[in-house]
Amino acid sequence: MKHWSIGDFLNQREGILLATIFVLFAVIVLRAPEYLGEQNIDNLLTSWGFLAILAIGQLAVLLTGGIDLSQASVLAFTGMFLAILSHGMPGLPAIVFVSLGLLMGAGLGLVNGIAVAFIGIPAIITTLGTMTIIRGLVYVLSNGAWISSHEMSDKFKSFGAGETVGFPNVFLAGLVCCGLVWLCLQYTRPGRDIYAFGSNLAAARNAGINLKRVQVLVFVVSGGVAGLCGYLWTARFAIAYTQAAEGREFAIIAACVIGGVSIAGGRGTVAGAALGALFIAVLETSLPFLRINAFAQLAVVGAVILVAIAANARAERKPGRQILAPRDRAPASTGVPNR
Amino acid sequence: MTGRSVSPVVMPEPVLRVEGVSKRFGGVQALKAIDFEARAGEVHGLVGENGAGKSTLVKILSGIHSADAGTVRVHGKRLALARPHDATAAGISAIHQEPSMFDELTVAENIFVAAQPKSPVLGLVDWPRMIRDSTLLLEELGTEIDPRSELGHLSVAERHIISIARALSTDASIIILDEPTAALSHSEIERIFGIIAKLQEQGKAIVFISHKLGEVFRICDRYTVLRDGETVSTGTTDSTDEDGLIRAMVGRTLDDVYPKADARLGQVILKVSGYSHPTEFDEIGFDLRRGEILGFYGMVGSGRTELMESLFGLSQHSRGTVRLHEAAVEFKSPGDAILAGISYVPEDRQHHGAILPMSIARNVSLPQLENVSNYCFLNSGREERLVDEFGRNVAIKASGWSQAVEELSGGNQQKVVIGKWLATNPDVIILDEPTKGIDVGSKAAVHEAIGRLVQDGLAVVLVSSELEEAIGISDRLVVMAQGRIVAEFSRNDFDREKIAAIATRRIGSGREQEPSIEVPGR
Repeated sequence: MKHWSIGDFLNQREGILLATIFVLFAVIVLRAPEYLGEQNIDNLLTSWGFLAILAIGQLAVLLTGGIDLSQASVLAFTGMFLAILSHGMPGLPAIVFVSLGLLMGAGLGLVNGIAVAFIGIPAIITTLGTMTIIRGLVYVLSNGAWISSHEMSDKFKSFGAGETVGFPNVFLAGLVCCGLVWLCLQYTRPGRDIYAFGSNLAAARNAGINLKRVQVLVFVVSGGVAGLCGYLWTARFAIAYTQAAEGREFAIIAACVIGGVSIAGGRGTVAGAALGALFIAVLETSLPFLRINAFAQLAVVGAVILVAIAANARAERKPGRQILAPRDRAPASTGVPNR
Repeated sequence: MTGRSVSPVVMPEPVLRVEGVSKRFGGVQALKAIDFEARAGEVHGLVGENGAGKSTLVKILSGIHSADAGTVRVHGKRLALARPHDATAAGISAIHQEPSMFDELTVAENIFVAAQPKSPVLGLVDWPRMIRDSTLLLEELGTEIDPRSELGHLSVAERHIISIARALSTDASIIILDEPTAALSHSEIERIFGIIAKLQEQGKAIVFISHKLGEVFRICDRYTVLRDGETVSTGTTDSTDEDGLIRAMVGRTLDDVYPKADARLGQVILKVSGYSHPTEFDEIGFDLRRGEILGFYGMVGSGRTELMESLFGLSQHSRGTVRLHEAAVEFKSPGDAILAGISYVPEDRQHHGAILPMSIARNVSLPQLENVSNYCFLNSGREERLVDEFGRNVAIKASGWSQAVEELSGGNQQKVVIGKWLATNPDVIILDEPTKGIDVGSKAAVHEAIGRLVQDGLAVVLVSSELEEAIGISDRLVVMAQGRIVAEFSRNDFDREKIAAIATRRIGSGREQEPSIEVPGR
C-alpha cells in the first residue's frame, strides 16, 4: 500500500486549493455569519453542482488539448427545448427530461467532435462557431420569447428544483457526474487514452490508440453534461430564456484551470476541476454578503479568478534545470573557499 | 641558382585554426583534441560518419556549445566563443542543414533578422536601406531574388542562398556549410556550387560538410576526416581518392561493441514485396526470418524511417504487399500492426515514444490496454502482472512503477520505451536507430539485449545510420539510397568500404556525368 500523509496531500495542488477555499470560507463567515443560512448553503451547493457538472465535461476536452466553448449554448438550447416540450406534454416524467437532455447534448457534442476530428477544424474555432449557431437556434426555437414557471409542467420542475435527503438534486447530480467521470478516467481504457492523447499525440498514435475516436468521445461527454445541465438549470430556476448561462464559459474553464487542468492537455484531475468549481461557487455566492456593489460583482469575480489562476500558475512552475550545485550541497572535497 | 634571394614559400596563415578542441556530453566524448584549419580562398571538406563529431565541431565554432579544452583562433587571435554572437563578431557564420529562417517574413527581413538597419531619426527600421542592401548582397551572389518576396514562397535552394546572404551581411570571413545539398535537386546543387566558387574568389574560407563524397572531390581543395571525435586524416583532395576517404572514415575494428550472438534462423515470417509510396520509397522487397537481424543502412533521408513507419501502419502505401506468417496483411493503423505482432520503436523516443507525465506502469501497458482490460474496464491485477514481467526484462532505476517517466534519466526513459514494446511480445520488432545518442557502454548493452531477443526467435529489423553497428550485429544488410534498395549483402560478404561507397557514392558522383546546367536566377 502506498503510504501517504496529510502533509503530502497539502503539498499537492488539490490540497493547496482546498486549504485556500477553507480560508476563503472562514473569512467570509467571520465577516458575514449569515452566509451560513440554510437558504444560502442550498444556493452554494446548487451553484457548485452546475459549475462542477459543466467543468467535468470541459475537463475531458481540455485533457485532449481541445476546448469546448459551446457548452453554455448547448445548455440554453436543450433547456429551451425541454421547457417547450413539458408545456406541450405535461404528463412526461422527469426521467424523460434527464435522458433527453443528456442525449440532445451528446448529439450536439457529436457535431463538435466530428468537425474537430474528421474535418480538422481547430476546437476553438469549431466551438466558437457552434456556440453562436446553437445560441441562434435558441432564438429560432422560442421566437425570442421566455418560457416561465407557470408554462412548465410540475413534473418537469419537481426533479431539477427538488431535494433528496436534504441536499439539492443539482448538487447530487454534480457528485454523481464527478464520480462517473472519475471512474472513467481512472479505470477505463478510453480514460487512459484521453490522457495519452493529450500528453503526447505522436506516442499515443504509435501505441495504436484511435485518435479520432478519443476526440469525438470527449466532445460527446462535454455536450452530454451540458445538455443535462440544460434541463436542471431550466427546472431549478423555473425559467427558460434565450440568454441562459451566456458568458459562463469563462467560469467553467477557469474552474478547470484553477484546479490544475492544463490548457495544453494531458494534465488534470476530476478532484481538481471539482475543487476549482467550489472555489468559484463560494466566491460568487459570497459577494452579496460582503456588501460588494451589485454592479461591480462581475468585475470582482473575474479579477479574483484571474489572480487565483496566476497564483496557481506560479505554484505549478517547475524548477528549471539546475547545473550549479546548491552551496550547502557542493562537493565536500573542495573545501577551499577561494582558488 | 642565381644570386637572387628566393623568398621562402610561405603558406598563408590559416584564417581559422582549431587546436586540441575537446568536448564531452555526459558520458560521451564527442571530440577528442581535434585539430582543424581553414585558409582564405579555399573550400575545405569536412567528412566523417554520423556521430564522428562534425556537428559538434560546427556548434562549437558557431558558439552554440562551448569547448571543454583547446583553442579556436581566427586570424591568429584566440577567441572565447561563449555565445552565438561571439562567433558572428569574429566573422564565423555557420549555415545549418535546416536553416533557421522565418517563412512569413520577407527575404530582406530574413537576411537582416539580427541587425536591421535603423533610420537615424526615430530608430525605426530603415526599409529602403534594407531592401537596397539586400539587393546588393543577392546581386553579389549572382541571383535576382526579389528581397521583398516572402521567404515561404522560395525553394529550398533559394533559402540556402538567402542564408548565405545573411552570412555575408555580417561580413563573415569563414562560412561553414553543413550539408547544404542534402535536399536539393541537381540543377539547384549546381547553383549553390556556383555561389561557393564566387565566395572562394572573394577570399572567404569555406568549410563544406557533406556525405556525398563526389561533391567533396568536385569542389574542395583540401579535406579533413573525423572519426569517433578525432582528426584521423587531412590533406589535399588531389592526394587521395574516394576509397581512401572511406577507409579513413570507417577503418577500425570495434568487435567488442558489436558482439554477434548466434541465433538459429527459422522460417520466413515477414515478406514484403513491391512496396511503394508515391514520393518516399519505391519497389521495396525483402524477407525476414525468425531469429534474424536484418539491417537497413543508408544516409539520413534515404527513406528508411518513412518505409518503417508505413510498414507499421502510420502512413499508407500505394502499391505492394506485406505477408506476415504467410498471410497478406494490411495495416490501417498502428493498432492493427500491434495486434498482428509488429512493434516499432521510433527514432525520436522522447517525442514519439514515451508519455512523460504518465507513470512507468501506464506507459508500459498503453500499447496493449486490450490485454489488461475487460471490455472497457482496466484490470489492475493484470496490468501489474504485465509490468512485473516487463521489469524482469529491463533493469530500470526508478522508485517504483508508479513513478512518472519524466522524472527518470534519459537512459532510463529509453529503456521504458524499448521495454514497453518488448512487453507486447511481438514477432517482429522494428528498431529505428536504437543506439542513437547513447554512449558506447550502453550501446553494447542494447546490442546484447537484441542478441537475446533473436535467440528467443524474435525477428528484428534494425535501422541504423552507423555502419559499424549495421554490419556489427546484422545477419543481412540492405542498403537504401533515395528511397530504393540499392544493394543487399549477406554477413559473409560484408565489406564496410564497399557498403559505405554504395550508400554515399551513388548520390554524389552520379551527377558528375550529367551536363551542368546554369540556371539564371529567377
